[in-house]
Formats: sequence, structure tokens, C-alpha cells
Amino acid sequence: MLLEVENLTVSYGDILAVRNLSFVLDQGELVSIVGANGAGKTSILNAVMGIEPSKSGKILFNGEDITRLPVHERARRGIRVVPERSRVFPRLSVYENIITGVYRLGKKVAVQTRLEWLYGIFPRLEERSGQLASTLSGGEQQQLAIARALISDPRLLLVDEVSMGLMPKLVDQVFALLRQLNKEFGLTILLVEQNAMASLKISDRGYVMEVGTCAFEGAAADLIEHPKVKEAYLG
Amino acid sequence: MSSYAITILTLIVIQAIVVCGLNVIVGYAGQISLGHAAFFGIGAYSAALLSTRGGLSFWIALPLVLIISALTGLLLGLPSLRLKHDFLAITTIGINFIVQAIFLYVPFFGGALGISGIPRIQVFGEALKGAHFLYLCLFFLGVVMAICWLFTRVFAGLACFALREEEAAATSMGISPVRFKLLAFMLGTVFAGLGGALYAHYMRFVSADDFSFPLSVSFLAMLVLGGMGSLLGPLVGALILGALPELFRPLAEFRILFYALMLLLMIRFQPGGILGESSLIRKRLFPLFLRRQP
Ligand SMILES: Nc1ncnc2c1ncn2[C@@H]1O[C@H](COP(=O)(O)OP(=O)(O)OP(=O)(O)O)[C@@H](O)[C@H]1O
Ligand SMILES: [Mg+2]
Repeated sequence: MLLEVENLTVSYGDILAVRNLSFVLDQGELVSIVGANGAGKTSILNAVMGIEPSKSGKILFNGEDITRLPVHERARRGIRVVPERSRVFPRLSVYENIITGVYRLGKKVAVQTRLEWLYGIFPRLEERSGQLASTLSGGEQQQLAIARALISDPRLLLVDEVSMGLMPKLVDQVFALLRQLNKEFGLTILLVEQNAMASLKISDRGYVMEVGTCAFEGAAADLIEHPKVKEAYLG
Repeated sequence: MSSYAITILTLIVIQAIVVCGLNVIVGYAGQISLGHAAFFGIGAYSAALLSTRGGLSFWIALPLVLIISALTGLLLGLPSLRLKHDFLAITTIGINFIVQAIFLYVPFFGGALGISGIPRIQVFGEALKGAHFLYLCLFFLGVVMAICWLFTRVFAGLACFALREEEAAATSMGISPVRFKLLAFMLGTVFAGLGGALYAHYMRFVSADDFSFPLSVSFLAMLVLGGMGSLLGPLVGALILGALPELFRPLAEFRILFYALMLLLMIRFQPGGILGESSLIRKRLFPLFLRRQP
């Protein structure tokens, strides 16, 4: 298993955002976590990345216990996140934003080749490479956040609400890209989405969250057909 | 140039060096510091003690002064790892008062009498004074600005900027907040220490009053006026705020009131400084000259 989360609890003061959640990700899997607003999806990703401390539970990455590791140490081990609302660095240029992702990787990455590859996928970023990130549109910032996460050739990609603010055509394109990264390059991806249908469609497995706990889990194809899931999330 | 003008200019250049240091901490790394005069003072007292009681020449003592400044910067930069915004501001003010009190009350630092008899700096067997001392200060300002320029172009600078903008996102990219905030703090205090050493050898006398909290406020005012995070900002801010009280004598008495007022006005109306990205001057007067290259 690449990622094992056991009995994870995340809380903000008295608010319990995630309760005793366990889930796993195998190497090369694409897994979705879907759920309504406030179900705790972002909190899960933040706990895996280390941005939010886990109140209890255990997080293993590639067999190593990373529960107490600081954020940047987890990043060094190959975890990258495309955060909710992109969180690009507004007063850095597009190019500089992408380059922040290549610090101390502990392995050789052909940065220039990967940069060209990413510019090929997001030509808009190449056109604007010298521009401040704050001047990009919301959708362009989202693309930038994806490029910033992918430049380092991560082992595990956490993606939070990537479809937010993207135009429908680009949503399809980004989901297709995630699928391609997963299938062709074997990148392990944990996808968090409200757009449950779109994300389950490209996933191997899925977890359905309900206020802090997992209500269902299973193969993505089965979840799409599950009457309860259909009723609650897919409309 | 009259010797009066040279004196004013020398002090302005020394302050510009110190404000460059503050710029690394506040402008580049986004940490608030309201106690920068303390580090200016630590540099000045180190230089004063090493050259009087230690009997060392300025050039031998300088590396030691810079190391002492770096170490105290490292130590006192530690709070910046845990504290944010107003708490950090208050803590740095506290550091300023504590350091000043130590200078004043610990006999080793000369107490209320301060330290006098600091020798002039020798270059090729000649004691520097007047315009020659000014040239030396300009030389050091050039070095400091070159280092600042370099810093914004290497990864460490990028890392500081990223932490300043979005700390969680920056650490998620693998950037260690501890390493780079402390690095910024250290570099900033080293520049303050350098300025302090020059100040000590120029005045040839230091006392605790020279490094009080109001001086920290004026350093910050200079930085905010000139533009946080810009390369020329510290120099421009030090020039304007250093020269104004000399040009308009009545201002001198109300210097601190004036600085504080200016700080508030700048933060309200031109938060990027008069040379900042969206400032009137930059937009209207220097559209090409000052733009930051990607
Ligand atoms: N910083 C915080 N302080 C206090 N409560 C928080 C904080 N962040 C999240 N919460 C609470 O924790 C719960 C889970 O939030 P979380 O952001 O994980 O939900 P989510 O599933 O990502 O929702 P969305 O789909 O809207 O992004 C919510 O009830 C939220 O109000
Ligand atoms: Mg969320």
C-alpha cells in the first residue's frame, strides 16, 4: 500500500471534521472521495499533507509512519497537493510558481523536460510564464496549481476540488489528464470532488463521506450505480 | 560638499544598509519586525567592544561582528517560527526593549555612559573620515544591495516569497518554513549588524539611547515609504526620511510623530511603498525603469 490511513480524526476546537476514518491507496490507484459540503474532504487531504494535525490515528506513506512529520518533509517524500482554490503565490510569476515545486526532491527530475511537457498541456501558462500569478484568471490559476504539483514528478497526488472554476471543456480536459497520468505514468491519485459523477467515472474506487465518516466505499463503477449514492450526490 | 552634508549623507547610507536588512525580514520573508534597532545596536556594541576593549582593528573585528549578529538573529528569529502578525510585532518590540535595557544596565556594556573612544577605521594606514568614510559606507551599501539582488534571484529568495504569500501551499511544495524564515532573519540581522559597526566607528561613541524603539519605528517607516520587497525601496526611504528633518528643521522635533503618521498613511494609501508595484510614481514616472524582471 502506498498510503494507509487508520482511524484518522481531525478536529477544529470542538468541531469534529473527520471521525475515525480509515482508507487505503494502492500504488497506481486512482481513488475518489466524494461528499457534500462540509463532509470533511478537505480536512482529510490536509491531514495527509500535514497542514492540519491529526488528533488521533495513523498515516503511513510507503510503509513509513508520517503522522508526526512536518509538511515539507512529507512533500519531500513525494506527496503533492493541488489545493482547494488553487493557492498559487500571487506575487510570483507563473514560471516561479511552478519552480517552487522542485526544491530538494531527493531524486533527479528533468525539470526542463517536464516544464515543456506541462506547457504543452497548458499552453496558456507558457504564454503567461513571466506574468504575476495574481493576474491570471481563476481557471488559469487552477491550471498553474496543477502544473506546480506535477513538475516534481510526485508519487502521490492529492487533488482537492480541481473542477471548481474551470470551464466545462477544461474540466473534461483536466479529468482526462488525471486519468492519463494515472494510466500511462502510474501516478497514484487521491481525488476529492463534489462533482461526484465526473470523478467517480475516472476512478478505480471511491469513498462516500457523510459528515466526517465514510458512509460507503467500493468500486467506482458500483458506487455510480448505488441507489443511495445516486440519490444523495449524483442527482 | 559641506561637512554637514557629508555627515547627513553618511548617516543616511548607514540607515539604508540597516533598512535593507529589515527589507529581507519584512519585505522578502513577510515577517513583521518592530525591533530592528536592537540588531543595529548589537552590531554597534560588538564593534565598539571589540575595537576598544578587544583592541582589534575594524577589519579583523568585522567578521566577528557579523557572526555575532547572525547568531543573535538566529536566536531571536526563533519566535517568528511560532508567532504570527500582532504577536510577533509585540515580541519584536519586547526584544528591542530588552536588548536596550541590557546595554543600559549591564556594566560590561558601559552602562549609562556607553562606550567611547572607538577608533576610526583604517584603510591603508589612513584613518577614514569625512567623505572617505562616506565612500566606505557607500561601498558596503553596494555590497548589501548586490546580495539582496542576488537573494531575490536564487531559490532561497523564491522560497521566502512563497512562504510570505501562501505558507501552507509553500510548505506543501517542500519548502521548510524553519530554514528559510531563519535564513531571512539571519541575513537581515547581519545587515543591521554591519550598519551598527559602521555607525559605532563613525560616531566613535555608542550608548543605549541610540538603539531605542522609536528608531525601529523609523526604520520600518523608511522601508514602508520606499517599498517593502523592492530593491531600491530601503535606499529611497532612508534618503527621504533621513533628509526631510534636515530640510525642514521644525520636523526634527516631531520626527517620531511624523514617521508614525507617515507609516499609517502609506499603509492606508500606498501599501506597496512609493516605488511599489501599484504606486503612483511607478505607474506614471518610471514605467520601464523599475519594473521587476520575471
Ligand atoms: N479552519 C477551520 N476551523 C473551524 N472549522 C473548520 C475549519 N476548516 C473546516 N472546518 C469545519 O470542518 C468541517 C469539514 O470541513 P471541510 O473543509 O473538510 O469540508 P469539505 O468536505 O472539504 O467541504 P467542501 O465540499 O465545502 O469543500 C466543516 O464543518 C467545516 O465547517
Ligand atoms: Mg473542501
